[in-house]
Amino acid sequence: MNEDKLYTEKQIRRKTFISFGIFSLLAASTIKGWFYLKNLPPDNGLRGAVQEPVRKVLDFNETVFDKALSNDHLAKTYPLEAAVKKPRVNGDIGLDETFNPSTWKLAVTKASGDIVNITLDEIKSLPKTEIIFNFKCIEGWSQVTHWGGVKFSDFAAAFHLNNETAMKYLGMATPDYEYYVGMDMPSALHPQTLLCYEMNGKPLPVNQGYPLRMIIPVKYGVKSIKRIGTLYFDNERPADYWFERGYDYFSGL
Amino acid sequence: MKRLIKKHPLAIRWFHWINFPVLTLMVWSGLLIYWANDVYRLGFGDTTLLKFFPKSFYFALHIPFRLGEGMAWHFFFMWLFFLNGLLYVLYTVISGEWKLLLPGRGAFAEAWLVILHDLGIRKALPACVKYNSAQKIAYTAIIIMGVGSVATGLAIYKPVQFGWLCAFLGGYTFARIIHFVLTIGYCLFFLVHLAQVARAGWKNFQSIITGFETAPPPAIITPVEESNKEEITLTN
Repeated sequence: MNEDKLYTEKQIRRKTFISFGIFSLLAASTIKGWFYLKNLPPDNGLRGAVQEPVRKVLDFNETVFDKALSNDHLAKTYPLEAAVKKPRVNGDIGLDETFNPSTWKLAVTKASGDIVNITLDEIKSLPKTEIIFNFKCIEGWSQVTHWGGVKFSDFAAAFHLNNETAMKYLGMATPDYEYYVGMDMPSALHPQTLLCYEMNGKPLPVNQGYPLRMIIPVKYGVKSIKRIGTLYFDNERPADYWFERGYDYFSGL
Repeated sequence: MKRLIKKHPLAIRWFHWINFPVLTLMVWSGLLIYWANDVYRLGFGDTTLLKFFPKSFYFALHIPFRLGEGMAWHFFFMWLFFLNGLLYVLYTVISGEWKLLLPGRGAFAEAWLVILHDLGIRKALPACVKYNSAQKIAYTAIIIMGVGSVATGLAIYKPVQFGWLCAFLGGYTFARIIHFVLTIGYCLFFLVHLAQVARAGWKNFQSIITGFETAPPPAIITPVEESNKEEITLTN
């Protein structure tokens, strides 16, 4: 634009009109595009309950940020005194009252299809690992809590699950199959991921998932499933309760 | 007959108008997320002056029970917010536009004079090119805030993998507070921005869409030699 050039009122009005015209068109298409995207039917199948383009971006985010996942990146740990005495209880899906803990065994489905039933005592006989870390709920709160159990990687090694952990995903469900989670294998094998049977040095309370729960500091609490009944491995994403309700599958921290 | 004076380059107009809906959606989806654990308040001890947010506010905006949806949109639009902001900063650096935006020496003292003027206490507005000192401070601060939102956002999105960043920003809980406070900051910026645009009038507003403002032909302006003079008439 030559700033010395003179324009008539008509030319200026024309220029202004064109600019405003383009602007209005773009604004209108943005608004239309937004409502189109927002009103796409959520996919309630395996893709989780969000609009397909949104799911694609969430999956893309996973491929970007799972590169950052490393066994060297550890959740910050705290001294024993920092742990709260009464950890917050959140979520009781899958914890029905008819459950009989005395007959409980962890059912592990092997790659061959065989099911191995493992008792709590067998799990407790493995090397114990304790962790005091800031447990993060997807709702936004966090709390320094103290847990004890066996590293999932130690458990997998002890029960010779090498073929299984070579797969892409780990799946878990409560005994009544009401709550279920899936997670990528690198996160499951992270050195801070525990099959947990103790809280604050005592057996897990029932509302915290007695007899055995997951504690996975590299993910939001939704993945730390309580009262694990079955455990299996897959190259496809195992079903995941909150994923089906529109949450991110990865939910990594 | 009038001359057209370039005001906002096309690129800046694009960045501005892309940012507006994107930031709006980021704030909205952020609210959907914040609702799930809405613990922040202004107050001291047990006295709460202002709770974020009152129930009526949530209901009016249909916020409750939409955490999953909020997270999905937030992590969808974060890319646009980030890329648009990054390209804007790169553009201002490469084009040299940053010289008009970065506050210089004495900017804060001068910004005070601008505020006094805007409040109707002081008559004259300090002379300036394109933006006055108050604007320069505001438009630079908003970029620093944007960088802060991206950094605290990443820190609370992946607090384990980016543990160093999370620790640098005061830890998970504190980084969340900064992220929230910055959002409140955008909303306050928006209110002041709207008020100022309304004050400055339609001619000024047009220029963020058309890119130009009109000025009388040079002959009318005396003395002509002061080439900056025309631009002074363009402030706001």
